[in-house]
Amino acid sequence: MDFNDSPEEAAYRAKVRAWLDAHATLRDPNKPAATMTQEAEGDLIEKAKAWQALKAREGWACLRWPKEYGGQDASPIEAVIFNQEEARYDLPPSIYGIGHGMLGPTIMAHGTDEQKKRFLPAMVEGSEVWCQLFSEPDAGSDLAGLKTSATKDGDEWIINGQKIWTTGAHFSKWGMLVARSDPNAAKHAGLTYFIVDMESPGIEIRQIKQMNGQAGFNEVFFTDVRVPDSNRLGAEGDGWRVAITTLMNERSSIGGSMSGGAGISSLIKLAQQTEIGGRPAIEDGGVRRRIADFAVRRSGLKFTGQRGLSALSQGQTPGPEASIGKLVAAIMGLEMGAFGMELQGAAGILSGDDSQADPVWQTTFMGMPGLRLAGGTDEILRNIIAERVLGMPGEPRIDKGKPFKDIPSGTTR
Amino acid sequence: MNFDFSEEQKLLQNTAKDFLAEHSSLAHVREIFEADEGYSKPLWKSVAELGWLGVAIPEEYGGAGYGYLELAMIAGEIGQALAPIPFGSTVYLAAEAIAREGSDDQKNRYLTGIAAGDLIGSLATTEKIGSLTEKSVSTTFADGKLSGTKLPVADGDVADFAIVLAREGDGLSLAIVDLTGAGVERTRLDSLDPTRPQARLVFQDAPATRLGAAGQGWTITQNVLTRAAALMAFEQLGSADRAFQITFDFMMNRFAFGRPIASFQALKHRMADHYANRELARSNCYWAAWALENEAEELPVAAASAKISASDAFDQMAIDMIQMHGGVGYTWEYDCHLFYRRARVLSHTLGTTDEWREKLVTHLIEEAA
Ligand SMILES: Cc1cc2nc3c(=O)[nH]c(=O)nc-3n(C[C@H](O)[C@H](O)[C@H](O)COP(=O)(O)OP(=O)(O)OC[C@H]3O[C@@H](n4cnc5c(N)ncnc54)[C@H](O)[C@@H]3O)c2cc1C
Repeated sequence: MDFNDSPEEAAYRAKVRAWLDAHATLRDPNKPAATMTQEAEGDLIEKAKAWQALKAREGWACLRWPKEYGGQDASPIEAVIFNQEEARYDLPPSIYGIGHGMLGPTIMAHGTDEQKKRFLPAMVEGSEVWCQLFSEPDAGSDLAGLKTSATKDGDEWIINGQKIWTTGAHFSKWGMLVARSDPNAAKHAGLTYFIVDMESPGIEIRQIKQMNGQAGFNEVFFTDVRVPDSNRLGAEGDGWRVAITTLMNERSSIGGSMSGGAGISSLIKLAQQTEIGGRPAIEDGGVRRRIADFAVRRSGLKFTGQRGLSALSQGQTPGPEASIGKLVAAIMGLEMGAFGMELQGAAGILSGDDSQADPVWQTTFMGMPGLRLAGGTDEILRNIIAERVLGMPGEPRIDKGKPFKDIPSGTTR
Repeated sequence: MNFDFSEEQKLLQNTAKDFLAEHSSLAHVREIFEADEGYSKPLWKSVAELGWLGVAIPEEYGGAGYGYLELAMIAGEIGQALAPIPFGSTVYLAAEAIAREGSDDQKNRYLTGIAAGDLIGSLATTEKIGSLTEKSVSTTFADGKLSGTKLPVADGDVADFAIVLAREGDGLSLAIVDLTGAGVERTRLDSLDPTRPQARLVFQDAPATRLGAAGQGWTITQNVLTRAAALMAFEQLGSADRAFQITFDFMMNRFAFGRPIASFQALKHRMADHYANRELARSNCYWAAWALENEAEELPVAAASAKISASDAFDQMAIDMIQMHGGVGYTWEYDCHLFYRRARVLSHTLGTTDEWREKLVTHLIEEAA
């Protein structure tokens, strides 16, 4: 056990820092990292693309990917060191989380050689942004209940239907789509996985306004959209298995890097600036205990991520255990946001430019409900932990052994 | 960076697990509990023979001279087994205090005695209800003699000696007192978990020798408590693991409404939360063990974090263990109450969880400044 860098790791970290120092400026550690906002979207995307292109040119992009696809064949630890250091700098928000974290690994696992060569290097360079076309209005948690259809026509497929909650679809070049290729097969058997050019005729993208006023996600409508069979990922009818690869990577990539909003030190500073009952809030026992509990969860999360890393370095695959990262971080972030607001008293409800302190607490409070849903809801994550990690039996199901068309789905009122 | 125990350390853990499965079954724990014996003498003897008492004691005093990572592995297994022995008092507290602060004579006498299994130690700090503070100590140490009352003292009725926090002149000092000698009266107190017995110690001019420098008693005590917390957290984590496993096995085999209760989502989701809490606690424990082994600057923060999260994980699991067992969970016959009792007792040992929260936040404020 060694929580410190080995001499080689320290040398690598120094190299990373030297490179970052030469190309970026350090961020105020008490300020959260930049997030995407609708107002600045165009500008931020351009900056994010430029940063990614620079990293790719100088050999710092997608470090763990194989060299032949533009990566560096780096060790998991090296990749983590780079991420830790990069997070200290003032950089545009990443628009590549879905591509690099989920879709790239899916193509690596299931793609043909041509697909890997065509798509992965461009993903590393960042010239092409990707989105995930999984959820539908009637198929979220129950993803295998999706209805968007894929009908074979010669060496093409024709896609019809609707996807929803597609983060970044409006600035993506490619999408990963799961569709129903055989409605007569059982629910999980009739699915096929495709790579879709988002500029194809017949695709209509409408942004959806989120509850926090932003519009990161979209509805995507497909009307007779043609996809070449060469863009099918995995075998026909094997889409569920391919989708599982994406989902496993999603949870570990969302959970792994998660810290859940602003830091403990910002919370302490805020409690030093505010008062409760005529004395500094930081002297209040209730405030102190809550800060302690946040800190304990925070360090627990951090080192759980790093234990997963050690498992990875020893050649074990990080399992669904990675699910606990997002489960803990999202609700903790929400609670910390609310607590940060509470410390500000009546003024705590003021947001944006009118916030009387750093607006991070309000922003976090308004953002975390989305994180509790995205990439598997808290409840689905608990199911996964109980059933896949711990091995408890599933609920009795009424959607098994029936033709897909006979299964109730979606919302009826 | 490597956030895992080594293969040798895991091997040691497995050996300890196998040994305790045979020699410290829950039936044995219950035997000690019901006979009100305080601790298991045969188990203590074997544990000494296996060298566990001296795992972290230097070789020159008869120990194995391994380190705290090895000790943490053993602590976890002691917790798994709910082993009814005064291990924490002797090893995490008394041996630690003496190894760090003792004179050569004291080390020769006490460390050697502990490693050999001849001496049981204890730490006597608190005197009355409420939090331990410098002001709350009224026991005195003057002219080599201790006077006053300590309560509750974990394992104080079975220990051979106690390290006592007492007033010396204007400050606080620690003093080692022979509990079998003159001027000491000790009484076993009724407490929640009789396999971790509690005592009242009354000293009347009991001969004692100072441990460490005069006036340094409070600082030394805090350091020793911090170091012990890192290890005790492993014990709590081990117990939480065992409570979880027993509950899990029960749930898989108990049927209601035509299916195993383990298939009910209301219960499954709680088990998932217990799992998550435990894994976070485990990570904090690893951090604390590493900090202890390496005398790292962040030890006070890491140890407090480990103690808080392991206390909470064990407490919550033990409470739900009873609930998830249904009626049998509330019987004397089932083992749930052994865990419920131990969980609460360990959450008070070395200071309550809220006291640790207070310590943690104090350190964090210093860090943030
Ligand atoms: C900010 C954000 C970004 C997103 N980005 C994307 C994206 O890029 N691509 C994409 O494909 N999707 C995306 N999603 C969609 C997300 O994956 C779904 O919203 C999520 O899986 C839940 O599905 P649903 O909305 O249909 O809700 P439902 O599945 O209808 O869930 C409603 C409620 O029922 C609960 N529930 C459902 N099933 C169970 C069960 N078996 N046991 C217990 N409780 C259950 C859920 O936990 C939830 O509380 C995004 C969502 C959000 C909020």
